[in-house]
Amino acid sequence: MALNALERERQRRERRTLAALLTPGLLWLILFFALPLVIILVYSFMTNGPRGNIVWQFTFGNYIDLFTRSIYVNAYLRSIWISVLTTVICLLLGYPLALFIVRQPPRWRTVLLFLVLIPFWTNFLVRIYAWQIILANNGLINSLLNGLGLPPLALLNTEGATLLGLVYGELPFMVLPIYAALDRFDFTLMEAAADLGASKRRAFWRVMLPMTMPGVAAGSVLVFIPTIGQFVVSELLGGAKVDYLGNLIQRLFLRSNPPNWPLGSAMAMAMMLVLLILILIYFRVTTEEDR
Amino acid sequence: MIEATSPAAQSRRAARPALEQGRLTWSGLALTVCAVLIYLFLYMPIAILVLFSFTRDQFGVRWTGFTLDWYARLFANERLMGATVNTLYVALLSTFVATVLGTLLAMALERYRFRGRTTVDTLIYLPIVIPEIVMAVALLAFSALAFDLIRLLTGETLRRSLTTVIIGHIAFSVSFVVVVVRTSLKNFDRRLEEAAADLGANGWNVFWRVTFPLILPGIIGGALLAFTLSLDDFIISLFLSGPGTSLLPVEVYNKVRRAVTPEINAISTLMLALSITLVVLSQSVQRRR
Repeated sequence: MALNALERERQRRERRTLAALLTPGLLWLILFFALPLVIILVYSFMTNGPRGNIVWQFTFGNYIDLFTRSIYVNAYLRSIWISVLTTVICLLLGYPLALFIVRQPPRWRTVLLFLVLIPFWTNFLVRIYAWQIILANNGLINSLLNGLGLPPLALLNTEGATLLGLVYGELPFMVLPIYAALDRFDFTLMEAAADLGASKRRAFWRVMLPMTMPGVAAGSVLVFIPTIGQFVVSELLGGAKVDYLGNLIQRLFLRSNPPNWPLGSAMAMAMMLVLLILILIYFRVTTEEDR
Repeated sequence: MIEATSPAAQSRRAARPALEQGRLTWSGLALTVCAVLIYLFLYMPIAILVLFSFTRDQFGVRWTGFTLDWYARLFANERLMGATVNTLYVALLSTFVATVLGTLLAMALERYRFRGRTTVDTLIYLPIVIPEIVMAVALLAFSALAFDLIRLLTGETLRRSLTTVIIGHIAFSVSFVVVVVRTSLKNFDRRLEEAAADLGANGWNVFWRVTFPLILPGIIGGALLAFTLSLDDFIISLFLSGPGTSLLPVEVYNKVRRAVTPEINAISTLMLALSITLVVLSQSVQRRR
């Protein structure tokens, strides 16, 4: 009996501790993260008033606009396209780099990894800005061309510059998870594959790549997500010549006169839909590895 | 957050034939060339940025001689200095709150089994995987609605300010703190706590005398990450700061949109130096673990 009461008392105390640990953080996340998301979900079905105020009248109009008017459809497709391109290029650069780092002796490995970490921790805006100095009309490359007596090139304010900036900005996010996966990979498996007669190429495709797929998947998600919502790079390096989803959302919320928050909310929700699909694929890829 | 090498991998690598590491092959050479080029790609722009913060050229894109003028101007620019103070204030406050909330959540998730744990887990990881712009517009809509409600109820008119930015920064930093602190709780030997309890320490003492000192590197690592995220954050700061309150990344963005100037090169170099200091700190904290 007494033991039972003691056990009950212990359980009660444990529950109290748990509640004390959970409540503050959860409340914060519910109030300042989940609730705001619910609000824009609701807004996305509301009507925009003439002065940019919210009219509480249910409509599918925002979503219909989004999927029928070419300015929005194009922004949608363009954003997905550049995000896929960025992810693929980051993968093509990031995998060899991660592989190179993993194969170095330990002391070098620490230094080389650190060199990837620095851009990872450095202000994104600053790193994108650095390219303006290089690509500007009177910038470094054109000064060099001028010195050689060649005609100047229009490098800044192009879509190519946007892609370059995105790859540059996101590359560390691809390298780090792939590095982590390669670090866990047992390289003697490659020798085993070679002993069994597999060519290097075949061993890579059949052994190393499948076994490091979780890292590839994680890196791809980490690169794709910020890229699809970006508006800074296309503004600073692309010269805001074409609209991506992020540019439109920013304009609808902050710059348009009158603003159109319901339509902007619908765009944000549509973006989340793409990511939801992506994350489902991610879970498929990573759980298949566990099997 | 990222360790150079796990101990298991280290022992495995030691077992690898020495021949393989030193062997020069065409594919190995190609890989090396590739890596060198990528490092050049990563660092060339940064190096140029730093170099051109010392140029005399007023457009900041050409080398015409050494000067420290731009740095002097920077410190005389009251607007930029004000923005710097604001940014540091926001970062310190949001880091403090996010670290406390995140550590508590990490303890709850790592140490207890309870109903709805998966839901809590998902809620915590969502801010990491959601594009920042979605979070920014959601918080903007929320604050506008909340301000309307407050005016209706109390008649008081509130505006977006540093406080709204701090709230937003905490909302995304908490998740990152949870991830980092959880890692250090996972590597923790719980028998140490049991031993302390057996020796008569109560729950409070066990936490402060045993658990806390051992997970402190993790907590500091999480706090440094939260601090960096807040310092660097531009999108949420842009959407949530009011008209009168300026933050450094927003100021830089507004200037950069117009043109390259050596003054921006200088402030960027200083921000870069701060970031490098923070990585070094966080790495040395993790090393001690």
